[in-house]
Amino acid sequence: MSPKKTLRILIAKPGLDGHDRGAKVVARALSNAGMEVIYSGLHQTPEQIVNTAIDEDVDAIGLSILSGAHNTIFARVMKLLKEKGASDILVFGGGTIPKKDWTPLETMGVGRIFSPGTDTREIVTYLTETLPH
Amino acid sequence: MSRRKSPSPEELVEKLLSGDRRAAARLISIIEDQSDQANDMMKMIFPHTGRSMIIGLTGSGGSGKSTLIDHLIGRFRAMDKKVGVVAVDPSSPFSGGALLGDRIRFQSHAVDDGVFIRSMASRGYLGGLARGTTDVVRVMEAMGNDVIIIETLGAGQDEIDIIHLAQTCILILTPGMGDDIQAMKAGIMEIADIIALNKADLDKANLCLSSLETSIHYGMDKKKGWLPRVVPTIAFASKSTDVRGVDELVQAIIDHQAYLHETRKIDEVRNKRIEQELGLVFKDEVEKVVFAGIKGTGKKRQYIESIRTGKSDPYSVVKEVLSTFLRV
Amino acid sequence: MAQDTTANTNPDPFAGIAPVKNLSGFEINPLYGPEDVKGMDFERDVGLPGEYPYVRGVYSTMYRVRPWTIRQLGSLGPPGEANKRIRQLVDMGANGISICLDMPTIMGRDSDDPLAEGEVGCCGGVAIDTIQDMRELLAGIELDKISINFVSNSQSAVILAMFCALAEERGLPWNLLTGTMQNDALKEYQAQKSYYFPPRPSMRLIMDTISFCMRNLPRFNPISISGYHLASAGATPMQELAFTLANGFTYVEEGIKSGMSVDDFAPRLSFFFKVHNDLFENVAKFRAARRIWARTMKEKFWAKNPASWRFRVHTQTSGSSLTAQQMENNIIRTTIQALSAVMAGTQSLHTNAFDEAFSVPTPHSERLALRTQQIILHESGAASTIDPLAGSYYVEALTQQMEEACEKYFQSIAEMGGVIAGIEKGYFQREIAESAFRYQRSLEKGARIVVGLNKYTEEEESPIALRELDSEFEKNKVAALKKYKEDRDQDLLRAKGEELRAVCKGRDNVMPALISAVRAGMTLGEAIGHMRDIFGVYREQAVF
Repeated sequence: MSPKKTLRILIAKPGLDGHDRGAKVVARALSNAGMEVIYSGLHQTPEQIVNTAIDEDVDAIGLSILSGAHNTIFARVMKLLKEKGASDILVFGGGTIPKKDWTPLETMGVGRIFSPGTDTREIVTYLTETLPH
Repeated sequence: MSRRKSPSPEELVEKLLSGDRRAAARLISIIEDQSDQANDMMKMIFPHTGRSMIIGLTGSGGSGKSTLIDHLIGRFRAMDKKVGVVAVDPSSPFSGGALLGDRIRFQSHAVDDGVFIRSMASRGYLGGLARGTTDVVRVMEAMGNDVIIIETLGAGQDEIDIIHLAQTCILILTPGMGDDIQAMKAGIMEIADIIALNKADLDKANLCLSSLETSIHYGMDKKKGWLPRVVPTIAFASKSTDVRGVDELVQAIIDHQAYLHETRKIDEVRNKRIEQELGLVFKDEVEKVVFAGIKGTGKKRQYIESIRTGKSDPYSVVKEVLSTFLRV
Repeated sequence: MAQDTTANTNPDPFAGIAPVKNLSGFEINPLYGPEDVKGMDFERDVGLPGEYPYVRGVYSTMYRVRPWTIRQLGSLGPPGEANKRIRQLVDMGANGISICLDMPTIMGRDSDDPLAEGEVGCCGGVAIDTIQDMRELLAGIELDKISINFVSNSQSAVILAMFCALAEERGLPWNLLTGTMQNDALKEYQAQKSYYFPPRPSMRLIMDTISFCMRNLPRFNPISISGYHLASAGATPMQELAFTLANGFTYVEEGIKSGMSVDDFAPRLSFFFKVHNDLFENVAKFRAARRIWARTMKEKFWAKNPASWRFRVHTQTSGSSLTAQQMENNIIRTTIQALSAVMAGTQSLHTNAFDEAFSVPTPHSERLALRTQQIILHESGAASTIDPLAGSYYVEALTQQMEEACEKYFQSIAEMGGVIAGIEKGYFQREIAESAFRYQRSLEKGARIVVGLNKYTEEEESPIALRELDSEFEKNKVAALKKYKEDRDQDLLRAKGEELRAVCKGRDNVMPALISAVRAGMTLGEAIGHMRDIFGVYREQAVF
């Protein structure tokens, strides 16, 4: 089975946090780079995010978290993906996630975390190089 | 780093028929990419389709399509029907990418196992749908969905592929946005089975309502059997008790479907759909055959050159090609 | 982050790298002169501080008599901890404190709400569920001397109710209470997105709090019409100016519609601006704001009281300009921004700590932020004279330019049917998202330089110690809340709930019912829950 022609990425805002500037900028940058970006909107639960990712057959999920609750949220999402047999979906993230939390997240199976101010081209490159298509 | 598992086509279809969402999702991607396996899979899926209710919604951006769909999903779920939704948005002609945000409005249903939502980018295909939408709807049927709702992009003026695919076409208009007048001029009402006049709480709503009803009453051939029904709605309200017209809209859908079945018009509708699909497949296959045939021979370039230099024209070229490949 | 290699190809790293356009997108001329201010009548257009149109300052003596309020952030998750922090800041010389709320409280949820899990007390916000939390938060603080700024919005009426109930307990008359509430719903719909109710009920609540404060808390500013959040979401200084003022005028219209006389409530309207990196653009923004507000209040709304014409503003340095890379650079950014705010004539100022981009500030970084203001006040001379940049060709021309551009925005908004209509059409959200995207593009193209981010970058370890939050806090808070809920008079509570719902359905001012409800132990989440049932829930329509 050949990998997909066009990359499909879900950008999601989990939890109560309403700061969507970064998520929207990244979504737009990815779509400008030729990807199909599904934007989930605000206040998503991990269940909504994972179900959406599966139904939309996305190659990756990008979580934008500025609330500080990233450890809880990533853990939930990774667990749900595993339960639903969808661990092959790449999970990456951005927002205010301190470097010291990156390694534990990596151990959970999360991909790259991008710090504030990351050049969106870096995210595009990461996705195009990591995801087969 | 390969992160994708690869079940075989047969396995995928089997899973699909048992209602497996992941399989359905993967199949849809295969269709969207127009992979080689797509046609073989469609052959396997086809016998299990053709029985669902297919509803199409069209209307300009900001008309409230997505919000109405959110309510419709809820109503159908309350009737214990499984619902599939396809939401189509435009791909950028420059980058080829797309921002698909329609599903935000019905995200509350994302945790309902009886609802399957898929966002599709038009991928350059004109007509209001994506190239693969017809096949995707088949996949959703095979998955076991009783109702399939298709949200098109555009106002339904140039984008009218939906009329071939959907059994019940709903046009969403809003008062004062000018699209109601446009719609009447463009004869769009010939196409819509139901017209939802959304944001019916706005000024001019009553005026709009009566001019629509008048146009339909006088302008349309009553012998057709079903006159487009106009349903005023208020889809967006902060309290669910303030939402209006959804029950009436659902009733209109049910009534139209009953009409189709009782008069056997449903067969006509299904024929239209099949004709459309046939045409698409035909076109694709012919193109494939032809281009496969002349690939690497430099002939395509030659033909183009000859047309440009006035030695030939598209019609003659095609005739020549077809006579070569299809012995026509 | 990739190593910066421009130093290799460009022998002079400073050549031509000063911005040629300011953040609002206006071209900056290499030179400004008299021709740039031709037609300006200094007396009419600029005038004197404390005199209409207040371009030079809202008061005639400004900092010569009373410096701006040094207002720093004093919140941490646990109310008890926040209280300690507040007392420290007061001891260090702050006379105003800002209290931020944690995310669950911001979203109207108690700490035990399932949606609050993992977020209780996070990110420098206090978890306020009950009046008991308010008691702990403000223990030992003299509420008539220290100005408390609650950074609260959709839950403001409840916070105010708890504040008033607390004062009552202490025997402190309401008319001595000093402080502010943010309480600005319009910017929530446009940018911050922590709205609950639809626009109409939100307006009603805001008007109720304004009229209640008018009558009972004259020293308390019931609303802080905010541009800061618009700017954080991506609005340029120009847009921040135009949209904030448009929002302000909308509140004035609503106040008049609700039956209040403009001169009764307008003096209580205050504003909240961001100060960005461009020092001069900012000063112009503030001056233009004062002029536009004064003129419009006088000529369009016929306000007669000079207090209604005065644009009073709290300012915060730009959080979104801070970088996580080479964090100490943020000290310099904050200093320049603070200097700009002072020269712009702000009434109060919050300076960000340099690590605020990434965490709750440490006591060390917080102290530095505070000292920044004190050094500017005592050592820089910037506060020694009023409106020091007046008469500068550049600044006067910029002020004029911003005002003109503002008028164009006002026209567009009016054509759309006003601010609320604009919100429903997604106009502000789109404008802001567009600016955000353009800014990001300008960074990526190198058209705009941010030191340490896209130029002069370093491979680095993060040497700064980030504040850890007590992870036990959430568990303890939830347990304490559970006990608190059990210990209440349940019948009384139910009655108060009925009362509250009845008031929300009707047209009476909601404050008395809220105050009596929180006194009976109603939690914030419960109060908001009742209100949500009656008012409904707002869902955003437009997205991109």
